[in-house]
Amino acid sequence: MSAVEKNTVDISEETQIKPYTMNFGPQHPAAHGVLRLVLEMEGEIVERADPHIGLLHRGTEKLIEHKTYTQALPYFDRLDYVAPMNQEHAFALATEKLLGITVPKRGQYIRVLYCELGRILNHILNITTFALDVGALTPALWGFEEREKGMEFYDRVCGARLHANYFRPGGVARDLPAGLLDDMMDWVEGLPKFLNDIESLLTDNRIFKQRTVDIGTVSTEDALDWGFSGPMLRGSNVAWDLRKSQPYDSYEDFDFDIPVGKTGDCYARYLVRMAEMYESIKIMKQAIEKMPDGDCKTNDYKVCPPPRAEMKSSMEAMIHHFKLYTEGYHVPKGETYTAVEAPKGEFGVFLVSDGTNRPYRCRIRAPGFPHLQALDFMSKGHQLADTVSIIGSLDIVFGEIDR
Amino acid sequence: MDALKDLADYISEKMEGSLEGYRFDHEELKLFAKADEIKRILNFLRDDKECYFRVLIDITGVDYPEREQRFEVVYNLLSLRHNHRARISVFTDEETPIPSVTDIFSCAGWFEREVWDMYGVLFDGNTDLRRILTDYGFEGHPQRKDFPLTGHVELRYDDELKRVVYEPVELTQEFRNFDTLSPWEGLTDVQLPGDEKGTKPEHGWVSTKQGRTEG
Repeated sequence: MSAVEKNTVDISEETQIKPYTMNFGPQHPAAHGVLRLVLEMEGEIVERADPHIGLLHRGTEKLIEHKTYTQALPYFDRLDYVAPMNQEHAFALATEKLLGITVPKRGQYIRVLYCELGRILNHILNITTFALDVGALTPALWGFEEREKGMEFYDRVCGARLHANYFRPGGVARDLPAGLLDDMMDWVEGLPKFLNDIESLLTDNRIFKQRTVDIGTVSTEDALDWGFSGPMLRGSNVAWDLRKSQPYDSYEDFDFDIPVGKTGDCYARYLVRMAEMYESIKIMKQAIEKMPDGDCKTNDYKVCPPPRAEMKSSMEAMIHHFKLYTEGYHVPKGETYTAVEAPKGEFGVFLVSDGTNRPYRCRIRAPGFPHLQALDFMSKGHQLADTVSIIGSLDIVFGEIDR
Repeated sequence: MDALKDLADYISEKMEGSLEGYRFDHEELKLFAKADEIKRILNFLRDDKECYFRVLIDITGVDYPEREQRFEVVYNLLSLRHNHRARISVFTDEETPIPSVTDIFSCAGWFEREVWDMYGVLFDGNTDLRRILTDYGFEGHPQRKDFPLTGHVELRYDDELKRVVYEPVELTQEFRNFDTLSPWEGLTDVQLPGDEKGTKPEHGWVSTKQGRTEG
């Protein structure tokens, strides 16, 4: 009897919950990589979230300063490894701007085509793993199958599923293999059905909505203040897309819309990404139909290597090839900030050239960096489980955040 | 482009005394500011109706070791309403702090932390100026030009101590810095027979099989 009495006393004392600190990650499936999160909890409620990043820091920017422009390009595949070509695009555009060269129309269209493919693959991965975080397993199983089919097109054009090294300053590394466009058209035409299936699993799903609606709400003001871009900004009711507002390559030739979310919560961001995939399908179809003939890279042999066949017979072509792959090309003195609309937001490259064959400074502006920074203010007052939803909706990849 | 030039004139007129001029580089606007006036300028650029640079895209550093004020800190702004970009750059050395802009743009916090971590530039007023990307207990600022690419320490798991230990870097092969810069670049002025094949033609490169380009 006395023991029971003692017990009841203890319980009532324990109901005074003290704030405590919790360590989340660095190895946790819901951390989407190596995120260490120090959470100050008041019971189940998050008081403060302090993300510790840098566990995947490889010194990319420093390494690029020691490499020629050609050698620097593959590092961009390894930033956001979910959509590698979109990253390469920013570096290629920045280098082209400093060099003052233009890319032939076919090269631009191929880039647009593959950027949109990258966007679809990225959003499939994000939506399905996001759903996985909040308890839905089926989208991930379905999505990865479809994603693998899309990866095959990466494989066929550059020989690698992930680390493409395909967009080069001056165009793309090589032309599309025969029959690729037809196969891609078939795949793209089947995509809406697949997306409908995913939507039928999630959009009206009661559990999914309970976990995402009104969670991590970001007002328009806050989104701007915290430096948001991409679907994070569009989810907060700002119709801003660099493909429309500051078109690069040939995006002005394409007809597409910018989906905007009204509420700024996790659910709105999910809807924006879902709708963006349909827009990307539209762009891909147009790019395949309108694909121009001609060169896929600039014919300036000081920047792009000559064709292999020519090297067999022309001394000059041989020398160009040798010089390009040893010394590289010299980029005129100057600096530029060039940004592209990567699937995760504004991915920018701030390139400073001192006139030699190596970048003097190559700053990589990753969209996930400011997004993750805002996690503290987004998860304040939410429950621990909601923090997982918010991380899922941020669409973070540590390759680009830690660089 | 013209709109951006007008804007540059407008800003330099309004911010006279805080700015040291501006420059256009590949049609991109770059303003040079006095380091201790950076808050005034960013406040103006954010709130003025003509500018309305509401998004701070990035803060980054560049190291020029040969200069007295070796660090350049670049603020990258974006105006959604006017569809403009602007860069504001300030200069500082290893000791002089720059006023923090965290109370103007919330997202500046981590950007400043990264510049501190990578370059060792101090930000006065940033309450959370911890290292961000490097390891706990890291020493030095890796993005400085005088910091070696290989770093100073390496770590491994020590089976006897049962923990990770840090040791000075030991390279099995000497670090090689390839000097690929060619000394022959200047020869294009002296045209020897055959040199015309090496000059860059105005419109593309014509294959030598099809015929020679006019140099």
